[in-house]
Formats: sequence, structure tokens, C-alpha cells
Amino acid sequence: MRKIIVSLISLITLQASAQQADIQLPKGFAITNITKDKGRVRHIAVHSNGDVYLKLENLRYGKGILRLRDADKDGVYEDTLAFGNYIGTGIALHKNYLYASSNSAVFRYQLDAANNIVNPDQPERVVYGLVDRRQHASKSIAIDPKGNLYVNIGAPSNVCQERDRMQGSKGMMPCPILDSAGGIWKFRADKLEQSYAEGVRYATGLRNVVGLDWNTEVNELFVTVHGRDMLYQHFPELYDAKAGAELPAETFYMVKQGDNAGWPYVYWDPFQNKKILSPEYGGDGKKEGAPDAIKPLVGFPGHLAPNALLFYTGNQFPEKYRNGAFIAFHGSWNRNPQVQEGFYVVFVPMKNGQPTGDWEIFADGFTGKGKVSNPRDAMHRPCGLAMGPDGSLYVSDDAKGYVWKISYSAK
Amino acid sequence: MRKLIVVLSLLTVGIVSQSMQTPNAASITRGKALYAQYCMSCHQADGAGAPRMTPPLGKTDYVTGDKARLIGIVLKGLNEPLEVNGEEYFNPMASFAHMNDQQIADVLTYIRNSFGNKASAITPAEVKAQRAKIK
Repeated sequence: MRKIIVSLISLITLQASAQQADIQLPKGFAITNITKDKGRVRHIAVHSNGDVYLKLENLRYGKGILRLRDADKDGVYEDTLAFGNYIGTGIALHKNYLYASSNSAVFRYQLDAANNIVNPDQPERVVYGLVDRRQHASKSIAIDPKGNLYVNIGAPSNVCQERDRMQGSKGMMPCPILDSAGGIWKFRADKLEQSYAEGVRYATGLRNVVGLDWNTEVNELFVTVHGRDMLYQHFPELYDAKAGAELPAETFYMVKQGDNAGWPYVYWDPFQNKKILSPEYGGDGKKEGAPDAIKPLVGFPGHLAPNALLFYTGNQFPEKYRNGAFIAFHGSWNRNPQVQEGFYVVFVPMKNGQPTGDWEIFADGFTGKGKVSNPRDAMHRPCGLAMGPDGSLYVSDDAKGYVWKISYSAK
Repeated sequence: MRKLIVVLSLLTVGIVSQSMQTPNAASITRGKALYAQYCMSCHQADGAGAPRMTPPLGKTDYVTGDKARLIGIVLKGLNEPLEVNGEEYFNPMASFAHMNDQQIADVLTYIRNSFGNKASAITPAEVKAQRAKIK
């Protein structure tokens, strides 16, 4: 009898460990997993022929890019091509080229008429020599229809203190990091061997953009920013633990050439709806600062880590989704002692580049177990978004290396 | 009388060496509060760190091994490629040199005896000695 009970228990345990995360979606949407266990899958891109490209942050089969192909269109991606000997985050398709970034450079690969990569082992180097000091090193990329390449260069710093993340260390004035990071740089997608000298600092005061996308409805660049840390830990006299978990907002901006979003001097407080002076620069939680800095379109709860942005331009989803923004949140690590939040994909309804209503959670349940106090316990962490040629939405996960396809059917 | 002194000094030596080795409960209690204040946001409540960003504190030689190296990381901070138990971590650790010797000893004694760890205490004198080397 005891033996049977033991076997039963192990059977139950086995089943539990094999369980899939149950992803919840609005009515009419369905989700299918197209690949799993591919490691740290960061951003993704889907080609017009349906090929799915994954940029990896750890080498898989010794390579940093995977192409998944479903040649017979039966829904099973039977063909996997691995290439690129570097890790990174950014990936994009433009004309007959695939673009991919390492943490310091951008490369491109020509595609032939059959959509095969002409020379997977010898990419052309489009941009090189970008700041990579480990913190906020990922280089997200987006390309506009005119062939301009936008690259995020995250600040290797929390808030530009003399000594990074050290309690009591003052903010540097002016912040020297902004000369080469903490913003978006613009290059040409069709020119090789560019670096800072050939690029333009397109927008500044952006601590660490991970999601960025070009909006073809209004022809502007939009970004999602990871806000600063340590308000409560370094200034407990100004911020309690709850305020530290909720401040500052994670932000979503439209950025035009020359714009400044205010980092490190200010952060966005979504409760006061103000740009508040950073305490490292003399702020007290109330004083405003950076009057010339732009304001965000949306302030999301603090620390949720918006890792991907995608404007929906397809025809498959209902009308309310057209030209709206999907944002994949990676989930927080620094809301202790509260539980971590934000392992989900949200939708912001938009028209003409402006939100037309409140943001809503579109896809949830990625942690696989409800609330987690350590992000390590989340089964999946949303990280990349892409739209397929049929208007389906693809979501990647850099915890377990899953990619899903979300489709809509009115029936 | 002489005998008594010998016994007493032996006892004292015993107590001193005992306190060098066995973590003191009061130090661990103080260390736990300091951990919550200074360390927990990055290293997490369970000491397991955050994927890609902050390394775990349990079952790693960085914590239970060489005391001088551990004290040095807290005093100087750390921002260089770091692999712990086969995983790489990217976020820098700040210097906590603004904490005093007793506080650093307490918090390190706490982490050396939490999250599955069991290691000897760290004393304020050991922190002081490392601090002197840095200056």
C-alpha cells in the first residue's frame, strides 16, 4: 500500500513538473507554442514567407541566431538553421536583409530570392564600437521605411552617480554618459562600418530602451524605457518600500529627433503626473525638473521591464487593435519586499500615435504559478514580439526559450 | 591561585576562539535586518539573486570561501564579468564602504549562515583589516 502511495505521489509530481503555463487571452484569441527550450530568446522577427528569426542571449548549438522554418505549412517548424557567433537582443528585417545586433555592433545578412541567407557565416558589419559595459548592454534595433536604422544604447548606470548604485554618491552634472549612451542613435541601414562618428544621437535622456518600433501610421519612432532603481533603498527618508516598488513609472514615449526624456535628472511619477527631480540631483520626491524634457504617453507600474514594443498593423485581429501598441513586459526583480509583477503582454489602444484608452493586460499567466517573489521562479518571461504575414502575433520568452503564436478567430 | 588564573585564561582563550568560529546569534539577527535594507532588492528575499543580473548567495564559494575576497567585494563593489555556478551575471554591485565594520561583519556573517550556507563568522576586526588595505 505504501508503495502504491509513493508511486502515486511521484506520478502526480511528474505531471505537475510537465505542466505548461496556462496563458490567458481575451475572448476569440488562441495561442499555440511553436518552439521551446531554445534558451534566452530575446527579440524575434517574422519574414513575409513565415520564417521566424530568434536572437539569442546565450549561444545555442554554438550560435546566436536561429531561423525556424515551416516549409510545408503544417504548423510544425521542422527546419532550424543556427548561425551568427555572437549573443545579443536586436533583430529586424528590412528589404532583402536580416539585421541582428550583438551588445556592441549591428550586422546584416542578405537574403536571396528564395529567402535563404546568402552567407550565414559572413555577415556585413553595419555598426560597430557601441558602448558595452555589461549593464544595460543590449542593443535593440528598428528600421524605418526610408532605411534609417535606430539603435538603443542603454546607459551603463542606474542614475549617473559618481559611483554607480552607491548610496550617498551624487549625480554627475552634466551626466557624461549621455555623450555615448542613454539614448537612441540613428545610422543608415545600407551603409557599412559606421560608428559614433557616422551616426546621429537621435534622442537622449533615455536610461535603457529595450522596446522600440517605428510607427508607420504617424511615421515616428516609439520606445519603452526601463526606469531607474533604488529610490527606497538609497532614500528611505523620502520613499517607503511601497513607493520604491511603484516608482518611477516604466515609460512609453514617442521620440522625435532631438528629443530629451530627462534621465538621469528626472523620473516620471505616474501618481503626480510629473517629471520629478532625482534625489541624486537634489530632489525630494516633489520638486519638478527638466522642464524641456518630453512627457511619456503612458506611465506603467514601476520596474516591470518593458522589453518589446510592436505596433499592430495586421488585419487579422479586431479593429480595436489596429495601430495600437503591444508591449511585452519581462517582469520585475526589484519590487521587494512586495511580490514581483509584470510577466505579461499588454495592449495600448492607439490612433494617430496617441493612446485612445487605458492599457490592458492582453496575455497573462507566463509565470506558470501566479505571483512570484523572485523572477527566477517565473516559468516564462515575455521578451520579444513580432507580427506574422497573416497578422498573427508572436511572443518570445527568454527564461525557457519558448515562442508562441497568438491568432484570432471570430468563430 | 596560579592554577585558577591558568584555568581562567584557558577559559577566556576558549571563549574567544569560540566566538571567532561560531557565528554569534546577535550578529546574525542584526545582519538579517541589514540584509533586508541593503541587499535584498538585488539578491532577493531568498538569496537566489535575479537571473542574468544578480548572482545567488547560496552554495557559492564567493560567500562561504575566502573571507578577504568577500569583504573586499562589499567594500569595493564589483563590476566585471562574473560567473557563479555556471551562470553569467551583468549588473554591477555597488560599494558598501559607507557601512561600518560591525555592520559589514554582521551582514556577511548572516549571509554565510543563510540560504543553505554554514560558514564561520566574520568579525569587525577582519573588515577593518581589509578596509585598511584598500585605503
